[in-house]
Amino acid sequence: MTDLFSKFDPLIQQREELLSNGVTDPFNLVMEKVESPTVAICNGRRTILLGTYNYMGMTFDPDVVAAGHKALDEFGSGTTGSRVLNGTYAGHRAVERALKDFYAMDHAMVFSTGYQANLGVISTIAGKDDYIILDIDSHASIYDGCALGNAQIVPFRHNDIEALEKRLKRIPPEAGKLVVLEGVYSMLGDVAPLQEMVAVSKANGAMVLVDEAHSMGFIGEHGRGVAEAQGVIDDVDFIIGTFSKSVGTVGGFCVSNHPKFEILRLVCRPYVFTASLPPSVVATAATSIRKLMDSAGKREHLWENSKRLHAGLRQLGFKLGTEEPQSAIIAVIMPDLETGAAMWEALLNEGLYVNLARPPATPAGMTLLRCSLCALHSEEQVGEVLTMFAAAGRATGCIS
Amino acid sequence: MSDRQQIYSRTLELIEPFNKKGMPITEATRFAQDLEWDSLTVLDFVANVEDEFDVIISMNMQAEIETVGQLADALVRLTAGK
Repeated sequence: MTDLFSKFDPLIQQREELLSNGVTDPFNLVMEKVESPTVAICNGRRTILLGTYNYMGMTFDPDVVAAGHKALDEFGSGTTGSRVLNGTYAGHRAVERALKDFYAMDHAMVFSTGYQANLGVISTIAGKDDYIILDIDSHASIYDGCALGNAQIVPFRHNDIEALEKRLKRIPPEAGKLVVLEGVYSMLGDVAPLQEMVAVSKANGAMVLVDEAHSMGFIGEHGRGVAEAQGVIDDVDFIIGTFSKSVGTVGGFCVSNHPKFEILRLVCRPYVFTASLPPSVVATAATSIRKLMDSAGKREHLWENSKRLHAGLRQLGFKLGTEEPQSAIIAVIMPDLETGAAMWEALLNEGLYVNLARPPATPAGMTLLRCSLCALHSEEQVGEVLTMFAAAGRATGCIS
Repeated sequence: MSDRQQIYSRTLELIEPFNKKGMPITEATRFAQDLEWDSLTVLDFVANVEDEFDVIISMNMQAEIETVGQLADALVRLTAGK
């Protein structure tokens, strides 16, 4: 018998080698208690959270939590059904209304996760003989959406406007074309040149889908994302987003002004063939989204945090993913996985949690310590974070 | 350009800058196993081939192309009628 697991042997070996040095497993951390959006207890120690994507700190918002309690009491723990059968409750409609109001768009469709939103929309709207043109650094859920469908997949170099344009011009003009972009790329925290890319896509007859998972709530005047900030949101056909970052719960969505959009509810398999979100989740999401509409002060503080951390880390001598802070993600580039894991553990021992990101999730085989800031991190906390980075960096030899 | 020999020669020239180990290239040379190209190298190489021949080689097509010879064959098909 061939052991189907033998294909994982190289990864098993790499993990064993890494852990045999006594380093804490970076992919097996348990949050024993969560005190707030910015602090948890890990291994019995008070730990500042700097890798949660909880950008707007809504997870403990009293109104949000109260809405969840109320829905749990009134509608029960789960729907046990698909959106198209018994799984659409008043709360699902209410959260879709909240999204339409938030984005000022005609249609909103809520999925059980952000992953499923990309999987469902991309695989359904781009069929056989259509083309999907996507940035090479796209998120796994975008690639999996491509793999689930039958379209021709054409990648282009990250954020390269000319490379996108060349490919669009070579595709037969009569073919259906979907350009897939992200507002903020989550590994390095860099922003896409959407203004130019959307214009080039439209000029060549393509529809445009933008994943704004990492920008919702704080980029753009109304927090609608990078497309809003760069003034092209009206030319974007589909925006994909998630409830698991700024909104502070779980779930995914697509908003659009396409007149035929609603038909997706019947033809999109990752929407149809799964249970809908629990009532408490959609209630917390709806409350959070409506509060995010009016969070200009928090947005400003989040930008200040991002700028302060970026400048501080650079001053300490760390190599960062972007020259300037472009989002609430600051990526610290590590020389290799071993150093990255050692640095990650040293930070944890100091009382700081960040994400250790490594290939294949990262571009160009990089190992990253990815920091994501929260609007509720105080100025003092960002100062503490920098002190901990300095100590851990010197202990591991990352900085001198 | 539809002559296969011509396409094959041009393909070899395009491989050269990415052939870091100086491997001898034949029709049977495999991009992943023999040249050990990673996904970014593949992207750069494919972009150069696409620019040179003014074609699109989608990821679906790339999945079917393992060897240098298969790439030349695909380019013959893609450039036919140009």
